[in-house]
Amino acid sequence: MQEDVIHRRILKDRVFKGFIIFFSFVSIVPLLFILLYIIQNGIAAVNWQFLVHLPKPVGEAGGGISNALVGTCILILISCILAIPVGVLAGVYLSEHREGKLSYLARLCVEVLQGVPSIVIGIIAYVWVVLPLGKFSAFSAGVALGIMMLPVIVRTTEETLKLVPHPLKEASLALGVPYHRTILKVILPAGMSGIITGILLSVARIAGETAPLLFTAFGSPFMNLNIFKPISALPLLIFKYATSPYPEWHSIAWGASFVLVVFVLVLNLITKLVTRKWKVQF
Amino acid sequence: MEQHSSHASAQAESKPETLIQSLGKAGRSERVFRAILYISALCLVILIGAIFLSLTVYSCPSIKKFGFKFLLGRDWDPVSGQFGALPFLVGTLLTSFLALLISTPFSISISLFLGEYFREGIVFSFLKSAIEILAGIPSVIYGFWGLFVLVPLIRAMQLKLGIMPYGVGIFTASLILSVMIIPYSASIGREVIQMVPSGLKEAAFSLGATRLEVIRSIILPYARSGIVAGILLSLGRALGETMAVTMVIGNANILPGSIFSPANTMASVIANEFTEATETVYLSSLVEIGLLLFIVTMIVNMIGRHIVKKMSVES
Amino acid sequence: MEGTILKIENLSAYFGEQQVLKDINMSIPRKKVTAIMGPSGCGKTTLIRCINRMHELVPGARVTGRVLLGGKNVYTMDPIIVRRKIGMVFQEPNPFPTMSIYDNVIAGYKLNGIKISREEQDRIVEESLKKVALWDEVKDSLHRRGTFFSGGQQQRLCIARALAMEPEVLLLDEPTSALDPKATSRIEELITALKRHVTIILVTHNIAQAARVSDFTAFLYVGELIEFGPSEKLFSVPEDKRTEEYLTGKFG
Repeated sequence: MQEDVIHRRILKDRVFKGFIIFFSFVSIVPLLFILLYIIQNGIAAVNWQFLVHLPKPVGEAGGGISNALVGTCILILISCILAIPVGVLAGVYLSEHREGKLSYLARLCVEVLQGVPSIVIGIIAYVWVVLPLGKFSAFSAGVALGIMMLPVIVRTTEETLKLVPHPLKEASLALGVPYHRTILKVILPAGMSGIITGILLSVARIAGETAPLLFTAFGSPFMNLNIFKPISALPLLIFKYATSPYPEWHSIAWGASFVLVVFVLVLNLITKLVTRKWKVQF
Repeated sequence: MEQHSSHASAQAESKPETLIQSLGKAGRSERVFRAILYISALCLVILIGAIFLSLTVYSCPSIKKFGFKFLLGRDWDPVSGQFGALPFLVGTLLTSFLALLISTPFSISISLFLGEYFREGIVFSFLKSAIEILAGIPSVIYGFWGLFVLVPLIRAMQLKLGIMPYGVGIFTASLILSVMIIPYSASIGREVIQMVPSGLKEAAFSLGATRLEVIRSIILPYARSGIVAGILLSLGRALGETMAVTMVIGNANILPGSIFSPANTMASVIANEFTEATETVYLSSLVEIGLLLFIVTMIVNMIGRHIVKKMSVES
Repeated sequence: MEGTILKIENLSAYFGEQQVLKDINMSIPRKKVTAIMGPSGCGKTTLIRCINRMHELVPGARVTGRVLLGGKNVYTMDPIIVRRKIGMVFQEPNPFPTMSIYDNVIAGYKLNGIKISREEQDRIVEESLKKVALWDEVKDSLHRRGTFFSGGQQQRLCIARALAMEPEVLLLDEPTSALDPKATSRIEELITALKRHVTIILVTHNIAQAARVSDFTAFLYVGELIEFGPSEKLFSVPEDKRTEEYLTGKFG
């Protein structure tokens, strides 16, 4: 009888383990499917013409995504310029002031900001920038994306700088170096790899965001370098073309998806390399 | 001797001249720097306040016109100017909770897989990286794939079952959503399961318990609040997810009659109609939905993170 | 070479409500090594941190009394000037990890944006490294990162870094407690050689080290200065009973 019970328990254990393994791998089946699909359909569409030409009107063959590529780059640039200084400095403040009312509030706000749906941020950018300016613009989209980048940058900066050993700060101060130079020239460089990682991760996150662009950047069939005009971007183009009824546009959308996925994956890879190579040992 | 010390002090004195030159500036720069740091942190707080304020202010026309009936109104009619948000509240709740239901077994499995069964090695790295990639794929691409692969599949299934072959609808949206939110609860779940003290587990093993029994009686109870926190965070994500849902939910502004009905969520209706809302009350109603979304996701996320914080304090 | 370079007058230190130093009075002689010893918790580290105002990094730290450097009260001077005139070396070697050896030595200048010519920089680096007997070992790898060496070498680098600022007083806070015996004796040799360049105050919990290296010794116990005098005398015929008990290992 004892043997029987033990056998049953061992059997249950084995079956359970089987389930766990099965479920775990089934979860990534969609991922494999998606990647496969994108590669299959996307790679056919991507060639030099594709990357360098502007989209053609419906019905005409050919056309490319050059304005979307440029648009995405411009948006990333704008949001980085807006978010990195504020984010890093706020992260420095939080790492230097572990306690205090402002620290508590700021950390709370970062948490809240992280959870705000991207479409709500889009509404905010619309209300704050599009309405006053009277038109859609790359700048408004940059504001929206910049707001979305903030939480990640602030948090990774804070976490990284907290790891910089205190004696380093002491050594610099003991040499008579003033506080601001100590932070800027000793502490920040020591934590640089972590901060850059945070920036790269937040760029990867916003590069694929569509919702906040819907009513800020709005999209455009033209190449546009003026940040106060509507602008195209990869995710916007994918959305517009995928939901259209035209098959030519669908294949362009697959090509654009391929480019976007490759971009995001490469960024994540670079992030891992940065952490490994540049991390300062203490 | 005297000469040496005066020479030394003369040298020491000439240094301070260049040092002192930088000193006056240093005092001021330091104060400016500290002020800049303070202001940067303050910006974060002001930002959240401003977001909340703006959302509320722009919702006013709608709040004034409809009041609380907004939440219960079934009709969303831009033509007649009647706006009720119930269809979207229901759509959001249905899709999110269904997605949660579908994804939870998978995310717990992954948490156990990475946190207990295969804690290191190639298999660990492989699955962990795969989950990270899953989290990194942009929402619009999930939607794209869903539209072209999942929707036809669902349509075929619906034909077989004899129901209206929309293809799009709540069920399809929940499916896509469930895949997208797996990484969030899985990573937190994995962390808390890894944190279970090995001493406890070893005690159970040494008494002859099987792995399953240790999981059931030791690990899961210990990690319970962390797993719940992970689920809450997933929920927060699901509530706000826009693009993938918009592309496969069918965009129908009606109260969904069944799981297979086309519908809309709070996020998807905003995405669809915002640019067309030229009239004040219309726009204001959409902003009010955005405000609701903001508040709900904020509450869900804060509860989740509160639980996470309590756990790290306890451990 | 007689004369007092640093005078501590009625110095008391408080961390919040707790009083850590009680009315210390001491005259530190110029160009000699003064050791400050005592059991852990006696306040010796706090004492030297009050000299170069590093205690101000701790919130709630308060000080009463005066510390006179060359007649001027350190507490009325700008702390930055104080720290450039009084250098400090810490228990754990802490060279700046993102800088080369060269840059570490002149970090005090570089970080402050003080412009000196390249020749002057080279001279300062070479002199400082020679003073700590590191020059021959590192002169060919001056531009390597400062952390790729043994603990003893890193500590000597930190001393060179402090010396490069040509301070009047050098504070050493248990500089050898993290090092192995061989590195420790090299640093002790260094201290003896350095005193002709700069006044040294050495905090140590190692009685034998204090006896080996110092000209004068102060014995601190529970925040009070129990005894202060020439080392030879203090170690052989201490005046205070508590000093004697500490030296013979009855406590601490």
